[in-house]
Amino acid sequence: MRLFITQFRRDLVLAVRSRSDAANPLVFFVLATVLLGLGTGSELVPGVIWVLALFANVLAVEGVFRRDHEDGTLEQLLIHAQPLFPAVVGKLAAHWALSGLPVAVLSPVAAIMLTGTTTGIGVLVLTLCIGTPALTLLGAIGSALTVATGRGGLLVAILVLPFYVPVLIFGAGASTAAMLGDPVAFQLLALSALLAACLTAAPFAVGKALAISQEY
Amino acid sequence: MCRLGYLDTIDVESAFGVYCTPQNRRRGAVIRPDERANLVEDDLLVAENIRCTVGDRVLFDGLSFCAHPGDLVEIRGPNGSGKSTLLRCLVGLHEPDAGNIRRTVDSLYVGHRSGICGRMSPIENLRWFAGLTNASADDESIGAALGAVGLGHARHDVCDSLSAGQQRRVSLARLLVTPAPLWILDEPLTALDDDGRDFVGELLARHCSAGRAAVCATHQVLTTAPDAPATRAVTLGP
Amino acid sequence: MGWIKTTFHKTGSPRWFFTGSRPWVIGLYVFGALLIVIGSTWGLGFVPAERLQGNSVRILFIHAPAAHLAEAIYVAIAIAGFVFLVWRMKMADMLIQAAAPIGFVVTVVALATGIIWGIPTWGTGWVWDARTVSTLLLAFLFFGLVALRQAIERPDRASRAVALLALVGVVNIPIIKYSVEWFTTLHQPPSIEIGKKPAIAAVFLWPLAVNVLGFYCFVAGVVIAALRARIVEREAGAKWLRDWTVKS
Repeated sequence: MRLFITQFRRDLVLAVRSRSDAANPLVFFVLATVLLGLGTGSELVPGVIWVLALFANVLAVEGVFRRDHEDGTLEQLLIHAQPLFPAVVGKLAAHWALSGLPVAVLSPVAAIMLTGTTTGIGVLVLTLCIGTPALTLLGAIGSALTVATGRGGLLVAILVLPFYVPVLIFGAGASTAAMLGDPVAFQLLALSALLAACLTAAPFAVGKALAISQEY
Repeated sequence: MCRLGYLDTIDVESAFGVYCTPQNRRRGAVIRPDERANLVEDDLLVAENIRCTVGDRVLFDGLSFCAHPGDLVEIRGPNGSGKSTLLRCLVGLHEPDAGNIRRTVDSLYVGHRSGICGRMSPIENLRWFAGLTNASADDESIGAALGAVGLGHARHDVCDSLSAGQQRRVSLARLLVTPAPLWILDEPLTALDDDGRDFVGELLARHCSAGRAAVCATHQVLTTAPDAPATRAVTLGP
Repeated sequence: MGWIKTTFHKTGSPRWFFTGSRPWVIGLYVFGALLIVIGSTWGLGFVPAERLQGNSVRILFIHAPAAHLAEAIYVAIAIAGFVFLVWRMKMADMLIQAAAPIGFVVTVVALATGIIWGIPTWGTGWVWDARTVSTLLLAFLFFGLVALRQAIERPDRASRAVALLALVGVVNIPIIKYSVEWFTTLHQPPSIEIGKKPAIAAVFLWPLAVNVLGFYCFVAGVVIAALRARIVEREAGAKWLRDWTVKS
């Protein structure tokens, strides 16, 4: 737990300190929403918001380990964090708190901008709150695999977007169903199951990928 | 004398472990069982027959050495001979292609990359490091460590604004924050001024005389302190 | 148990594999091609036109084996990834490197033939059907394996990263499939149920089986040939390879 808190606090402080970095996914999300509002109608709104949140997520998570790799704090983390699991989770939790969470919090505004109604907005926020941490955990695998290459960007997107598909399907499915007034329990449960699976398995894969990246 | 990639000389001053004699060098420095028996007892680090390659090139093969309490092991060799790779093997960041590495105690590593986050202050960096290594360091002892490396006045500055030498001092302050019996240092004198070099020398002398050990990759004379520790050199081939 | 260990070690030796595998390549090429010719001639020339789909059903004799094979290749890659990460067996890594682009091509063939078949049958080239979507995602996974290897400069590091990605991918495939299936049952029930395996008539089944086997053999031959090329690339300069070249 101490490792989790140590890493979580550090990354939170760093993210708050470089505000524009932390704001990038959020600004992207808003900007894309506006563009979509200008360009399309309103039937598909929850799905569209989900896709945007997903892209914002992949853009943000792509560089989550890069600076740590460059300044050597990543290698210190790998040497000393025993076990590595809580430290990785702490790092990603801090990352999510300033990328996924703001998007989830802001999504009602986007939904109202695009639909003009408030039906199903609670479910939309809930699915984003459950779904985006799963996305961050999955995306971190791609980010960790590419951290030593110096180029992430599109490559990370290609690597992880296929893995995002289940989260997108259930997240967008639940939000759309809620807007139409259909039951959503199954999708929410499936989404929670995905998050639980990601939370238990992904940090191990991330740790392994980071260890590989530090090999000479 | 120099066979490509092979261990070439070892053991300068110490009576401990002549692991790699000219006779057995060609076979890859085998430790005979009777030799090993009296060596593993109290050593902090044992490397046995390790081999590292980069692509097709063999950096070293059959390399064996150990670090006893009180030892300062110097890893020497020209650029590209695998000094950094060897140290990364010792600390567990890199897995050698063959051989065994046993560490019996906690170790600290100061590498080429500082391990210091540029957007945080020295004190924040060390606080994070203490949390990472589970060291019971409060702000006071961290401040003392920074004072000892000569950065007491800059403890709240952002590390990006510090010079390269000052950043290296912050890295070295980690050695004071977290107690560990084994230090693994990659070119610890880089970017340091004369003062800093003397400081590192004293630090190493004090560390080793307390029955602990250090492994350093270096091109320079590490310590000229009067109570210089038992120095052994592991020289890597070209 | 002894023979398992011996086989494992032998397969792990590039030299043993390289010197012994040439007849296999030729054999698999010939046998696979023969089966494909038989199966395709049978399927294209002698099987009656399907009641609902007419002659367009015949492309399934290519499509179904390719789709089948694509998944098999990915599973093989993932197993090789596991072997490489655990035992550091170089051959496993070379197998991944050789098979990934081939898997990508096979997946694209499956998708392309699927689209060609879909246009007259479904009235559209693309349907958000579970199998279609997961095959497309499989193509991305193959592409990712190739792209990641190219992106990482250090070959040994690239090998391990790719092996890990392959493993992560194979864990995800069932989840992706399940979710897409759920998605499609809700949104878009398949337009036509024909083509599902249990419903297939025996006249179609036999040439299809021959073709599936033929595809497996032929692509196995291609993979082994690509693997041999990788061995030459990586072991260039090894003495045994020079001796072998001189000898033959």
